[in-house]
Amino acid sequence: MIESLLIANRGEIARRIIRTARRLGIRTIAVYSDADATMLFVREADEAVRIGPAPVRDSYLRQDRILEAARQTGAQAIHPGYGFLSENAEFAEAVIAAGLIWVGAPPAAIRAMGLKDAAKQRMIDANVPVTPGYLGENQGPALLQREADAIGYPVLIKAVAGGGGKGMRKVDTASDFLAALESCRREAASSFGDDRVLIEKYILSPRHIEVQVFGDTFGNVVHLFERDCSLQRRHQKVIEEAPAPGMDAATRKAVCDAAIKAAKAVDYVGAGTVEFIADASEGLRADRIWFMEMNTRLQVEHPVTEAITGQDLVEWQIRVASGQPLPQRQDEISINGWAMEARLYAENPSNGFLPSTGPLDHLYLPPCVRIDSGVEQGDEVTAHYDPMIAKLISHASSRRQAASTLAHAMAGVEIWPVRTNAAFLARTLKHTDFLAGAVDTGFIARHLADLVPSADPDEPVLQAAAAALLPSEAQEPWTALTGFRLNAETYRLMSVEVNGLPHLVSLDHSRRRGGNGPGDVVFIDGEAWSFGLPRADHAVSGHNLTDGAVIAPMPGTVIAVSVGKGDRVVRAQPLVVIEAMKMEQTLSAPFDGTVTELKVVSGSQVTEGSLLVRIEGDE
Amino acid sequence: MPPIRTVLDRNSEGFKANEAHNHALAEMLRSKVATAALGGSESHRERHVARGKLLPRDRVQRLLDPGSPLLEIGQLAAGGMYGDEAPGAGMIAGIGRVSGRECMIVAHDPTVKGGAYFPMTVKKHLRAQEIASENRLPCIYLVDSGGANLPHQAEVFPDRDHFGRIFYNQAQMSAAGIAQIACVMGSCTAGGAYVPAMSDETVIVRNQGTIFLAGPPLVKAATGEVISAEELGGAETHGRKSGVVDHVAENDEHALLIVRDIVATLNRPKTVDIEIATPRPPLLDTSELYGIVPQDVRTPYDVREVIARIVDGSELQEFKPLYGTTLVCGFARIWGIPVAILANNGVLFSESALKGAHFIELACQRRIPLLFLQNISGFMVGGKYEAEGIAKNGAKLVTAVATASVPKITVLIGGSFGAGNYGMCGRAYQPRFLFSWPNARISVMGGEQAASVLASVHRDAETWSPTEAEAFKTPIRQKYEDEGNPYYATARLWDDGVIDLAQTRDVLGLAFSAVLNAPIPERAQFGLFRM
Repeated sequence: MIESLLIANRGEIARRIIRTARRLGIRTIAVYSDADATMLFVREADEAVRIGPAPVRDSYLRQDRILEAARQTGAQAIHPGYGFLSENAEFAEAVIAAGLIWVGAPPAAIRAMGLKDAAKQRMIDANVPVTPGYLGENQGPALLQREADAIGYPVLIKAVAGGGGKGMRKVDTASDFLAALESCRREAASSFGDDRVLIEKYILSPRHIEVQVFGDTFGNVVHLFERDCSLQRRHQKVIEEAPAPGMDAATRKAVCDAAIKAAKAVDYVGAGTVEFIADASEGLRADRIWFMEMNTRLQVEHPVTEAITGQDLVEWQIRVASGQPLPQRQDEISINGWAMEARLYAENPSNGFLPSTGPLDHLYLPPCVRIDSGVEQGDEVTAHYDPMIAKLISHASSRRQAASTLAHAMAGVEIWPVRTNAAFLARTLKHTDFLAGAVDTGFIARHLADLVPSADPDEPVLQAAAAALLPSEAQEPWTALTGFRLNAETYRLMSVEVNGLPHLVSLDHSRRRGGNGPGDVVFIDGEAWSFGLPRADHAVSGHNLTDGAVIAPMPGTVIAVSVGKGDRVVRAQPLVVIEAMKMEQTLSAPFDGTVTELKVVSGSQVTEGSLLVRIEGDE
Repeated sequence: MPPIRTVLDRNSEGFKANEAHNHALAEMLRSKVATAALGGSESHRERHVARGKLLPRDRVQRLLDPGSPLLEIGQLAAGGMYGDEAPGAGMIAGIGRVSGRECMIVAHDPTVKGGAYFPMTVKKHLRAQEIASENRLPCIYLVDSGGANLPHQAEVFPDRDHFGRIFYNQAQMSAAGIAQIACVMGSCTAGGAYVPAMSDETVIVRNQGTIFLAGPPLVKAATGEVISAEELGGAETHGRKSGVVDHVAENDEHALLIVRDIVATLNRPKTVDIEIATPRPPLLDTSELYGIVPQDVRTPYDVREVIARIVDGSELQEFKPLYGTTLVCGFARIWGIPVAILANNGVLFSESALKGAHFIELACQRRIPLLFLQNISGFMVGGKYEAEGIAKNGAKLVTAVATASVPKITVLIGGSFGAGNYGMCGRAYQPRFLFSWPNARISVMGGEQAASVLASVHRDAETWSPTEAEAFKTPIRQKYEDEGNPYYATARLWDDGVIDLAQTRDVLGLAFSAVLNAPIPERAQFGLFRM
């Protein structure tokens, strides 16, 4: 077996690979960029080699430096993880050419599956069902109608040159086809100057089903059952599970067999995933699951398969790469329980899921589930790399239990000041439709309003913030006698700021000391809320000490005017420059607003206190 | 320290009757306070709020730290006076925590006659300043007042303890390093203009607060100048031109937050250099006081039952328990703070007075604050007692009380009659705080005694039939009853407030803690004790 392994990756997957390699007694070598020098995976590896500055093109994508690191350290094999160079056939060849073992798919298989159209044809040849459709030079309406009839309605007619939703028609019945075709062509011609169309099967309730396959160098290929990755947001997987909900034995057999056929068609070796799209409008049915593509690497979501099969897929990869046969035969592999994975991202769901970068000043991930993470408290989420903070994986006897365990874990996530999707994930995992297994790739978009946590703090958040703001030491009457009022009821109202906005809370004394965050942050159900006492500078919208009149502070000459009447200005934007007493003074806008008065031009002599510009603020 | 052993029968008829009686008194107190706390009439309050202003009580609440207690003084000031039109004398005053330190807050209530000063308003303001001064509490004035109430000018303006004294006190406190902060949230006219002007640091609310010596009508009359109030004395004028204010706020909330920030810069932490223990509640339930305190102040009971329900762990280290037994003396703690308690348990005899004087000396030696629980009908009278020198022994106690160097707090828990009031640190002996229970009675003597004395010295007394004598005595008794009533007393600020029995311990905890803002002198310089 391999004795030393270089991991051409970073973060959680590097740590994941190191974990198995260490258990197998394999020496590990990490490569890292400057940004990652102190990260866990670098420290956990037996050796670590710097390969360049932070940008990936200068580090994790630098094949030459990675190969040089392997040479330097005497590494015997290279594991590419996922992403980066994992599906780069050229790199795989270079690794092999350097006399090293490539812990990945054979370059030929990577290539075969990399070309999507060619791959599709190959699958058709291998008798793997692919999404029905027509793309041909023959554009005769009668032929197109026949093709559409053959595909089965509903179908989509799309302009070949189309995009942005233009030149697209959904057709529900055969009788509507020709009219729709005509109109689509007109629009395509006028919009793109090209009236050619293609026809696709319109998939109702699409679900993303994928099958984990494994091949060895002896020609054996097994599957490790399916995963359902239908919960996606803009084609990014969010929650994955295994097995797929609503999958009966016959359908499972059909899709897993198709996956093996696909892998065999490209002489697959190592870990791979065959992705299918299913029309789940009437549940999962064998005749409505079609091949989409094959990923020739270990997937991010491999842990759910590991959980239900009890196997270590990285170990399988290493054994296969070492020339050993697959550790188990097909009939030895079975499904045990249910597993679910959720990807914790540094992003802000209440702000359109914009990535959130910055330091992880506070990081707590509940240890009640499997956690695959590359970061620790004090690390930083940068814009250089994928903003995934961790994968949390639950495994239980039932789907409901797996979902509830994972939801509970997500609700316990505490991260600050980077924003995360933890609360969003927790809400998704608790959604009744999700729990009922009614998932498809449109689920998140459809339920977005329910899933994105409110930006307004709810009562428990306000209570926790208020409680945390009360003095902690109860050793003296002025702090212990909370809300004492002479000859009257205890005063319970309290003003707090949560996420910078003021709120009035009626303090519920039974919840005293509810805060659990670092200082001024409270975590509730995965969401982080910063809080504090109301602040004078927050009490007004920037209009402090000025009514928008920009006044000459001393007599002098105006030497520059950089705005005109009616201009929009932003706070601190320079307006006028005055020269006086051998000094130039720039006067700036006190707040965002509009110039309503402009009293001077360049060259004006002004006296102290004279009005130069008046800004009317935005209210 | 040993806990006090209670001998109380909670199931006795007497206990239950007392309980019902005192609960009723507490209910009445709370209801009077609730009414007074509303301030002006509903229409005045609505008009105030419609202008975007916070009600004075809300201003105070917003100013305080979250959860801070508020120890109000003079809640029922001016009650029943001025046609009952000045609840709380049109002013809220009290101690609360602002930015972590105890401050005296004085807030005008413009919903009560425009916040103008009645005589009792002046007295309340001065009393608040006195408390601030003695206990070194920063003062925060939330100003919104039209100035002196003109019809009452003779009782408001000219004398030593009238309006002008407010500014004298501000200057004196500022000189002593006690911060004076004004927040101008409304009118601040004429003499009132000196509140901000005499303050260390001031805030004004734009388009709301005005400060001027004479308002627009007076200016027009005097010089013919026509000028708006805002232009004459608003935020822009004083923030940019005159420099009368230091901070301009956009609204009440903003202004109060600025005040909080100002207090945060005072840099005078509370330093306590006496031994404070971890507070422990009394072993005995404080609310049992309702069943203990008799319905009639003349009914004797063991005051230790009261002490046991006020002090930490119900523990009292009693001093001379066998001597001068009508005055219970002992050391205890309230909310962890050491206190030396003197509590009446009957008429004062020579021995009780001597014991009290000795005990006050001890408290001063040890720098332990004094608590007087006053329930006294007076010093013992009669030939035997005069002959053994009760006058000089009483004088010793009065001297000790007057010249004690440690802070003193007095609670009138029952009767307060005659010279007993002096020996037990009545208002004239300058306790830092003086509170009354709702059952308390205060007068130079009891109504019955006064009626008898006055009847006996009447020149026609010898010719009176019993009916005629009674007709003479009844109005006297009634007058004493009315004027000895704690609400009559508190309306005139003879005390700092009537307090609910069940809140006594907490009020004392807050008050003693506030008192510790001022250093306790090392030694007392007592006056001459007549031997």
